[in-house]
Amino acid sequence: MSDDLIQRVLKAIAASKRIPLETVTIDSTFEQLNIDSMDAVEILFALENEFDIVIPDDEARSVRNVRQMCEGVDKLVAAKAAGAPKP
Amino acid sequence: MRRVAITGLGAICALGRTVPETAESLRAGRSGIGPIESTDMSQIRFQNGAEVRGYTHHPYFDDRRADFIDRFAQFAVIAAREAVADAGIRWTPELRETAAIVTGSCVGGQSTEDIGFQEVYKLGHNRVHPLTIPKTMANAGASHISMEFGITGPSFTISTACSSAGHAIGQAFQMIRTGQTDLALTGGSEATFSYGILKAWEAMRVVSPDTCRPFSKDRRGMILGEGGAVLVLEPLDAAVARGARIHAEIVGFGMSSDACHITQPSSDGAARAMRAALRDGGLSPEQIGYINAHGTGTAANDSSEAAAIRAVFGAHVDRLAVSSTKSMHGHTLGAAAALECLATVLALRDGVLPPTANFNQRDPECDLDVIPNQAREAQVEWALSNSFAFGGLNAVLALRRASVGQVA
Repeated sequence: MSDDLIQRVLKAIAASKRIPLETVTIDSTFEQLNIDSMDAVEILFALENEFDIVIPDDEARSVRNVRQMCEGVDKLVAAKAAGAPKP
Repeated sequence: MRRVAITGLGAICALGRTVPETAESLRAGRSGIGPIESTDMSQIRFQNGAEVRGYTHHPYFDDRRADFIDRFAQFAVIAAREAVADAGIRWTPELRETAAIVTGSCVGGQSTEDIGFQEVYKLGHNRVHPLTIPKTMANAGASHISMEFGITGPSFTISTACSSAGHAIGQAFQMIRTGQTDLALTGGSEATFSYGILKAWEAMRVVSPDTCRPFSKDRRGMILGEGGAVLVLEPLDAAVARGARIHAEIVGFGMSSDACHITQPSSDGAARAMRAALRDGGLSPEQIGYINAHGTGTAANDSSEAAAIRAVFGAHVDRLAVSSTKSMHGHTLGAAAALECLATVLALRDGVLPPTANFNQRDPECDLDVIPNQAREAQVEWALSNSFAFGGLNAVLALRRASVGQVA
């Protein structure tokens, strides 16, 4: 997982939630950031736009913290780069 | 205060084009959920919905009249025609002048709007069809019902998302009860399937990829539905005097607001609405035998609603049957409370409680008797119909079975 990807995810979360970027770290949980289900759906929307990926509902459902979110995005970006069909 | 009778029923939905067809599907536990055919679904992640399959405006409206009426308002008029015929209303000039119409709709004619806006945004045309505004407005259902029957009394529409028709029926109930009017047509209608709206639902990630399994541990979300239902309400004494068939009585109406979150449900708000309906109807929790739940099939709603029912009914929960008919007719948004009030009326009248279809597995967080998959014969005297909307606006109707002597 590249630092660039992590930074873009953190920025997307901060911009969507309208909180200072420095409050969001890869170790933050949604609970710590006060991200509820509707906030999470908005962040997924922002990430889909930022990385031009499609995040399946089933994969999104189990995500509870920023690290899981970065790992999920990393996987989808890699799949896209490899030319795999979008899930 | 006057007692309020339901003397006419009308419906069109995924379960049937009439009340008898709908009743038969509910009794059989037959789901109307399937692949969405009326909209191009190739770019949408979910595929299933509860459509009025194969619907066209024929034979209901001639082509020129249909030009003026969006699908959602067509459903309102079709249901109203059946309800008025069922009630055997004998129209007089005075009745037409005083009768009320109260409808619910959440999105109105957004299908028409969606097509109209494609003209300018996507196709680059410089004009939108001139009927886009009158077809889109949420009150079009009430307006077309008024023109259909020449009703010139108080007529309006309530829009409270998934509680719209609940608030509408509750309002009409209060108008009859307090003597503001002697006849009311009330209910709701919705036509949910058009590309832009479906994309918006997709983005919320609350729609199930397969089907609607309320209260089941493996539930994966809601399924959108379309349709309409209309009830005819009259003072009980007047209905009995004219020899009308009494399907059931509405005895109470409770409302509350969560004041909490724009989408997440609050079990406290739901419980307060149920308590308010019981109080309004002079009922104790122990008198209720059946609840038609809001039961959307989302993880959040069903556990929250189950907790609210536990809080209100306590130990009586073990003698209380609860089902979600959204498992069969889908979530019809602004029409949901009308279809579900209808299902509750049929349950009381016919002595058959509709099941929660598609149920697979008990969920400890929804520890209720949900009438899994098979309808159940039971004579129930009092029932509730729950509606809890996005935005936290809740409406609960309390109904009573018609007395034997009343059923002509």
